[in-house]
Amino acid sequence: MTRGEIPMGSAGGVTDNVPSIGAGFMATLRRDLLIAVRHRGELANPLMFFLMVITMVPLGISPEAAVLSALAPGMIWVVALLATLLSLDSLFRSDFEDGALEQLLMSPQPLYFQVLAKVFVHWLITGVPLTLMAPVLGVMLSLPSAGYWPLILSLLIGTATLSLIGAIGAALTVALRKGGLLLSLIIMPLYVPVLIFGASGVRSAIEGFPYLGTMAVLGAFLALAIVLAPLAAAGALRISING
Amino acid sequence: MTQPLIKLTDLSCERDERVLFEALNLSIDAGDLVQIEGPNGCGKTTLLRLLTTTSTDYSGNILWQGEPIDRVRLDYLNQLLYVGHLPGVKKALTPRENLGWFCGMFQGHQRCSVEEALEQVGLFGFEDVPCYHLSAGQLRRVALARLFLTPARVWVLDEPFTAIDKQGVANLERLMAEHASGGGCVILTTHQDMMSEGVRRINLRDFAPINTGAAVQYHMEGS
Amino acid sequence: MGWQWFHRLGSPRWFYEKTDAWIPWLAVVSFALLAVGAIWGLAFAPADMKQGNSYRIIYIHVPAAFLSLAGYYIMAISGAIGLIWKMKLADMVMKCAAPIGAVFTFISLVTGAIWGKPTWGTWWVWDARITSMLVLLFLYLGVIALQQAYQHQDTANKASAILALVGTVNIPIIYKSVDWWYTLHQPATIKFTSESTIHPSMLYPLLTMVIGFYCFYALVLLISTRTEVLEREKKTRWVNELAAAKAAGGKV
Repeated sequence: MTRGEIPMGSAGGVTDNVPSIGAGFMATLRRDLLIAVRHRGELANPLMFFLMVITMVPLGISPEAAVLSALAPGMIWVVALLATLLSLDSLFRSDFEDGALEQLLMSPQPLYFQVLAKVFVHWLITGVPLTLMAPVLGVMLSLPSAGYWPLILSLLIGTATLSLIGAIGAALTVALRKGGLLLSLIIMPLYVPVLIFGASGVRSAIEGFPYLGTMAVLGAFLALAIVLAPLAAAGALRISING
Repeated sequence: MTQPLIKLTDLSCERDERVLFEALNLSIDAGDLVQIEGPNGCGKTTLLRLLTTTSTDYSGNILWQGEPIDRVRLDYLNQLLYVGHLPGVKKALTPRENLGWFCGMFQGHQRCSVEEALEQVGLFGFEDVPCYHLSAGQLRRVALARLFLTPARVWVLDEPFTAIDKQGVANLERLMAEHASGGGCVILTTHQDMMSEGVRRINLRDFAPINTGAAVQYHMEGS
Repeated sequence: MGWQWFHRLGSPRWFYEKTDAWIPWLAVVSFALLAVGAIWGLAFAPADMKQGNSYRIIYIHVPAAFLSLAGYYIMAISGAIGLIWKMKLADMVMKCAAPIGAVFTFISLVTGAIWGKPTWGTWWVWDARITSMLVLLFLYLGVIALQQAYQHQDTANKASAILALVGTVNIPIIYKSVDWWYTLHQPATIKFTSESTIHPSMLYPLLTMVIGFYCFYALVLLISTRTEVLEREKKTRWVNELAAAKAAGGKV
């Protein structure tokens, strides 16, 4: 088998051109971070949502410190989960609308790593800020002092898992015009384990029990999600693009 | 014996319970400029989706240098450049940043610098202007600038002349002819008449099932 | 040669014609089992020492709960077959299995609540099994909602198959997490009827009901899939000929 001539300027054969996964990963990572920085106004939205819903809690239930401190770990976790969920809808949507997604699908890059890059950026711009803001909300909900580090640790690991699982939902609904609510419906049941272990880890720390075990379980969830979620999301993207 | 770059054998495609085309046999060699023709809805875009691997709903074979494309997928995709209806250009970024992403994804040998490519498509001076300031035609030009950068041998272009002015169309046609004579191939759809010599025209209507729109036979029937 | 039956099974027409004969048999068997099991369980099985007659709801609750979980796996597996081998029929089975499974899950939740009223004095308790069952219902509803959202039938099937598969991976994790959560918050004081101690005179009617429910499930899934086959293949000649034959037969 002979290959025809490669167009001008290309010195090597096809085999030289095997695309580098690392470079593709970094290219998408850099691009998405840059877009996030350009739209920096939108970065604050999940945080504002987080803050506002937490403000509703004392207004709706009771301003008493005893009541609030009992609710704090679960409440902060539930609202962080909702804030992540709301921000997920845009994960692939703009790429789908302007054609960058189809370019991504037909690039010579394994889709797994491309999805991973996009999810990583999503976590950097929502999960990490939510985690950093959580202690402030802990103060507002009179979270006992033993709960702060476990809260930060559990949110840091947990929101990464939430972003990964949510990417599957975002990929499944990207072609639907009103995918936002549907995304929440299909993904929320899958968040149950993360919520259970995240919130109860904080609670056991407050009650003076060891909490590292629950953090380890959260870590295991994250490991599983890193392996499987991008695969499912990549498969879902290939299906959605034909929507 | 030289292999054709792309070979379609007995390709048929069904969408929404309707057969778009069947028994499509086509070999595309290095140097070919193939224009896919046919009325709206005859499956032109669908055929391009099959060629770009975004859709895999077909029966038959698509071979890249003699190998089925799903077996040599990444190798094939590294030799493929697609420009579709959507520009695939992020509006928040500048043309330079957009093209930088494409170069990072493909990792081939860039044929010229990003600046030269932008100059070729008439965007000199717009390298660092965010794309949301650009017009629709200019956005398309950013997308088309990839044609100057890419070392890919297979170009798949869906209506590349939309929103491009006369001069731009002439430049593009010349570029395609150059690419083809340099050992590549171009597969495109367009409603405009191509000026270039030696364009192979494939009318998809010739491959439509005889009784279009009537009862579709289930392919297992009779077996 | 070994694969031929598999591909034949993939043909909706073959499936439709083959299963035509099964329907009456399956209907007879499932209704007979259900009738025997119900009469046996409700009238002849002894009353429970602690719960009296209220425990008899297990003859519906337990089989429904079994099927809600099994139904999810049937749905996910047929979805996977549809994805991997591009088998249309498997897609149709998956689409039909989703609402049926959701109904069984709903039945087991409602019967659980009805049972809870005399047992615990309240309709709803955040018991581990009930909570898991509720999450399972949500998973079903998600698959159905996604299926409905897409216009294009193939995309709808593939997308919901992926979701069902993701759910399959998650179900054991969800069940284990909820179990763990329950023991954390409430030391296990109230236990469901533990299957191991159930008296044979109660167990046999229960087994009859379980088998009856499985047959009934198969019957409903079969009828539903056959309807779906006709709907999807309505443009083909064999369906039109079938309809013509039916119409002619009806007039005689």
